[in-house]
Amino acid sequence: MADTATDSLTELPLAGLHTELGAKFVPFAGWNMPVQYSAGVMTEHLWTRDKAGLFDVSHMAQVRLPKGALEGLEGLVPADLLGLPEGRQRYGVFTNAAGGVLDDLMIAHRAADVFLVVNASRRAHGLAHLRAHLHGVEEVTDRALLALQGPLAEAALAALVPDVAAMRFMDVAVVDWQGADLWISRSGYTGEDGFEISVPAAQAEGFARALLADERVAPVGLGARDSLRLEAGLPLYGQEMDVGISPVEAGQAWSIGKARRAGGARAGGFPGADVILDQIAHGAPNRRVGLSPEGRAPMRGEVTLYATPEGGDAVGRITSGGFGPTLGAPIAIGLITADTPADATLYGDVRGKRLPARQVPLPFVPPGYKR
Amino acid sequence: MKYTEDHEWLSLDGDIVTVGITEYAATQLGDVVFVELPEIETQVAKGDEIVVIESVKAASDIVAPIDGEIVEVNDALVANPALVNEDPTGDAWFFRIKVDDPSLLDEFMDEDEYKDHIGE
Repeated sequence: MADTATDSLTELPLAGLHTELGAKFVPFAGWNMPVQYSAGVMTEHLWTRDKAGLFDVSHMAQVRLPKGALEGLEGLVPADLLGLPEGRQRYGVFTNAAGGVLDDLMIAHRAADVFLVVNASRRAHGLAHLRAHLHGVEEVTDRALLALQGPLAEAALAALVPDVAAMRFMDVAVVDWQGADLWISRSGYTGEDGFEISVPAAQAEGFARALLADERVAPVGLGARDSLRLEAGLPLYGQEMDVGISPVEAGQAWSIGKARRAGGARAGGFPGADVILDQIAHGAPNRRVGLSPEGRAPMRGEVTLYATPEGGDAVGRITSGGFGPTLGAPIAIGLITADTPADATLYGDVRGKRLPARQVPLPFVPPGYKR
Repeated sequence: MKYTEDHEWLSLDGDIVTVGITEYAATQLGDVVFVELPEIETQVAKGDEIVVIESVKAASDIVAPIDGEIVEVNDALVANPALVNEDPTGDAWFFRIKVDDPSLLDEFMDEDEYKDHIGE
């Protein structure tokens, strides 16, 4: 409960609004972020699953590339980007030569440019990586990024900008709201239907207040964002994925388009392609697993996993874990050796005791995407 | 009622001290989802981590505030961890310690001192 110095942290454009809403702040990736509001993580989580939660994710890096950059970007990302139609967005990862992951990102093919959203914790790295390989990389620094997530997100956002009701999951559009151009994608990181909205910083507070005036909308902090994405089985960079974990091991091989795979029109051509395509064909050393710990004790990140209640070598570790408010039970995602039997109960070492956890399919909560 | 720097409250009755966490601590922790209590008849020393308490956000410990023997634990918290947020200074006591020397409680803060400690 020690106070952390906040002097060197970057403030969000909406910091004043968050304070007014009762936010408790924590440092995250160099930003002073609202971790929760007065309602608390549990209530904010359940509200998002039931209604519409408003998240400030302005700490994430927004980047514009020139219209023709998709071809060059395919040299860094194993997604099928030349096959990405205008008006659509796709998930991708930056890979390294060893087949590990440098970061994950969203890539939108827009009428005038290519728009990326990159993790806050990897902002400097991502920008340098892009600039080393591509021309015309422009960091957007004058816009906030909000996410409105939940089954009532469409109704609440459409009350301000009706055009969004026609968007499908992973569509992107530029929509006018009171003279401000909103860059909207129908996406998010909670497993719910919803939108991410890039709004000019000067109009961000007015827009956020207009959303919050809707009784279906409540502010939701970083704490619930993490428990929501965990229930949705969505990977977090630095936990489920990093330089030592391939996209195949992280369960993200689906993001490697058919055109980029062996026998595809543009097979390979991204860093680590030999390693990653071989893993797709012949299997990877490790695999991602969903875990349902028995009992009530959460198993958090870095808990060591075993296949036996005593003795034996470790088979892996928890990469993210905690309590799933929607399920009312502890949940976790782990990374284990690929040869661990899929029906085996695993044992997590929690404070020196091996506690059982069943392997379960991901996600823990079915997605609400509007496809 | 006495208070520790670790945001525990201590209530003395004879040589039995009942221990819980303050409203301030419960608010800081957020929604509590798991509590693990010590075994009764355990001898504990001041500073021993004897309770595990986990919120949605994180795990933390509660330490023994004083030397003694655990004589009772509040099993209701194991079944219903949310009680810690609902009634931290009442029904959500954690354990009772039998102490050899009740006068050792004099070193802890009183309510006014604790309020100063948390900046209220």
